[in-house]
Amino acid sequence: MLNPLPRRTDGATGCAMADPDYQALVFPYVRSPDQDAPAPVRHPAVVVGAGPVGLAAAVDLARHGVPVLLLDEDERLSAGSRAICFAKRTLEIFDRLGCGDRMVAKGVGWKTGKVFFRDAPVYAFDLLPETGHERPAFINLQQYYVEGYLLDRARELANLEIRWRNRVIGIAPDADGVTLTVTTAEGDYRLRADWVIAADGARSTLRALLGLESRGRVFRDRFLIADVRMSAPFPAERWFWFDPPFHPGQSVLLHRQPDDVWRVDFQLGWDADPVEERKPERVIPRIRALLGEGVDFALLWVSVYTFACLRIERFRHGRVLFAGDAAHGVSPFGARGANSGIQDAENLAWKLALVLRGKAPEHLLDSYDAERVPAADENILNSTRSTDFITPKSEVSRTFRDAVLRLARDCPFARRLVNSGRLSVPATLRDSPLNTPDEEPFAGAMVPGAPATDAPVRAGGRPSWFLRHVGDTFSLVHFLGAAEAPPAALRGLAAEAAVPLRALAVALPGADPPAPGDPAVIEDAEGLLAARFDACPGTTYLLRPDQHVCARWRRLDPPRVRAALARATGHA
Amino acid sequence: MATLNLESNLADPDAFYEALIEMHRDLTPEQSAAANAALILLLANQVGDLAVLRAAMARARATVTTD
Repeated sequence: MLNPLPRRTDGATGCAMADPDYQALVFPYVRSPDQDAPAPVRHPAVVVGAGPVGLAAAVDLARHGVPVLLLDEDERLSAGSRAICFAKRTLEIFDRLGCGDRMVAKGVGWKTGKVFFRDAPVYAFDLLPETGHERPAFINLQQYYVEGYLLDRARELANLEIRWRNRVIGIAPDADGVTLTVTTAEGDYRLRADWVIAADGARSTLRALLGLESRGRVFRDRFLIADVRMSAPFPAERWFWFDPPFHPGQSVLLHRQPDDVWRVDFQLGWDADPVEERKPERVIPRIRALLGEGVDFALLWVSVYTFACLRIERFRHGRVLFAGDAAHGVSPFGARGANSGIQDAENLAWKLALVLRGKAPEHLLDSYDAERVPAADENILNSTRSTDFITPKSEVSRTFRDAVLRLARDCPFARRLVNSGRLSVPATLRDSPLNTPDEEPFAGAMVPGAPATDAPVRAGGRPSWFLRHVGDTFSLVHFLGAAEAPPAALRGLAAEAAVPLRALAVALPGADPPAPGDPAVIEDAEGLLAARFDACPGTTYLLRPDQHVCARWRRLDPPRVRAALARATGHA
Repeated sequence: MATLNLESNLADPDAFYEALIEMHRDLTPEQSAAANAALILLLANQVGDLAVLRAAMARARATVTTD
């Protein structure tokens, strides 16, 4: 283990109960034996960039048994809250990685929002109107907590090494691997990587070194983010104003974060001076105008940003795989940046682990490209549409926008047109080459390619959640009839499979609590699992290690299961 | 599949046209533009069929972009 303990700069002593001040932690550079090796030392997987995406990728890979080296050019976690909205699907991924509980315990859960036009509310929305899910639609949590919790998780994994202040300055891919040149305070050294995950952010060094260009739309608009600490009476909701009296002609977005911190996002327009607008004497009056006189607040962090909706053409370049902002960029409206990056990481990790273990051919990694490029396009499309509504680019565009907002007060149809950000939902990988098309009719959302939805279950007689029982390996989920025992073929398929496959039987509601055994049996406590998966006795789903559906049938048919598993691992 | 109907579909075309002009009585050009936008949105929702709406939009655009 070479992960050095962080040095605290605030003089406080560590306390097991409270979170450290993650923004203040400094992670020292430590010389690696690799720097003194006569020849570049080989690593199976090198992840570049210890942001949320790189950390998630590294933790996921390490949990799959891959020795991981994570390089970061810096010595700190995120400065400022930055990405704050983490979606349900991301929390479910964090659960699988083993740090979801901390995120949710600390984060501010929310699912409702309000939209205002000028001085009046237009409508309210609920992003998760149904119950029976472990995780909320969203939590708001400062990026430094997300990174801090992921880092704490990473440090528990013996096969995950992090090197701070190790900046990649050269990359030379060849047929067998990639040679990286890394610069440190003590000079340069070289590494050999079988595979490289480039998670080095919007200004990706690796992207530039490989001469790749992100293409898309750059928006001529500027936004001001201000984090303030205050005791405010607002509920934990997303509030969005179009053209409010306190900030005429522009939009404003308000979000609640933990620790009594509030995020205010002011649209400024293209002509705003990004340097001037950062100054407290400019920012404080804007916040005062929103809050009114007499509300005490402290300004914690200010940033002025612009954005673009763009991506590189392909996310796999031989042995270099791009993830997160290094691969694609979106506007912040909809919380689709960090959330989609975490999904990239998850999509990549299990595939790379199978390839490294010789359980899948290299071209399984082409499916990373085939699945996450359309997912990025979906995010870019949604984000671009939101941006065009929020910041109309022409007079007629603004006329229509305002007409929608006026109609939305009384007309339900117009509320569906109001677009203050279509909030992140995970992509359904509908056209994935890993999917086995349905041969029997199914209703509902759990189509091949969909991320499995959650439902309350009972396991070993205790309340639990479905998603806690699937993932990391392939899962063969078989719905039982009344008083039916799990068929022998279920366990047989799991035992013979070339890749890790977990058999899981689902008993009807009210079935006697099954004894723990093999295969595991969970009880569909409220019948919601069968309802959400359109399942009846005999229905069988094959889920991938990332919990996405890849095949389903109305009965358990071993040859078809084997064929689907082969297809999902790149063997067909 | 519904297509854009270019034949007369109004029982009383003159009354419709009169009502359309009347809708804009005493409005400033800005107000008229806003009212037109609202009218288009209401009618689009009534039509519902995106293919028909796209055909209508293409037809409307062509009246000002082609000679």
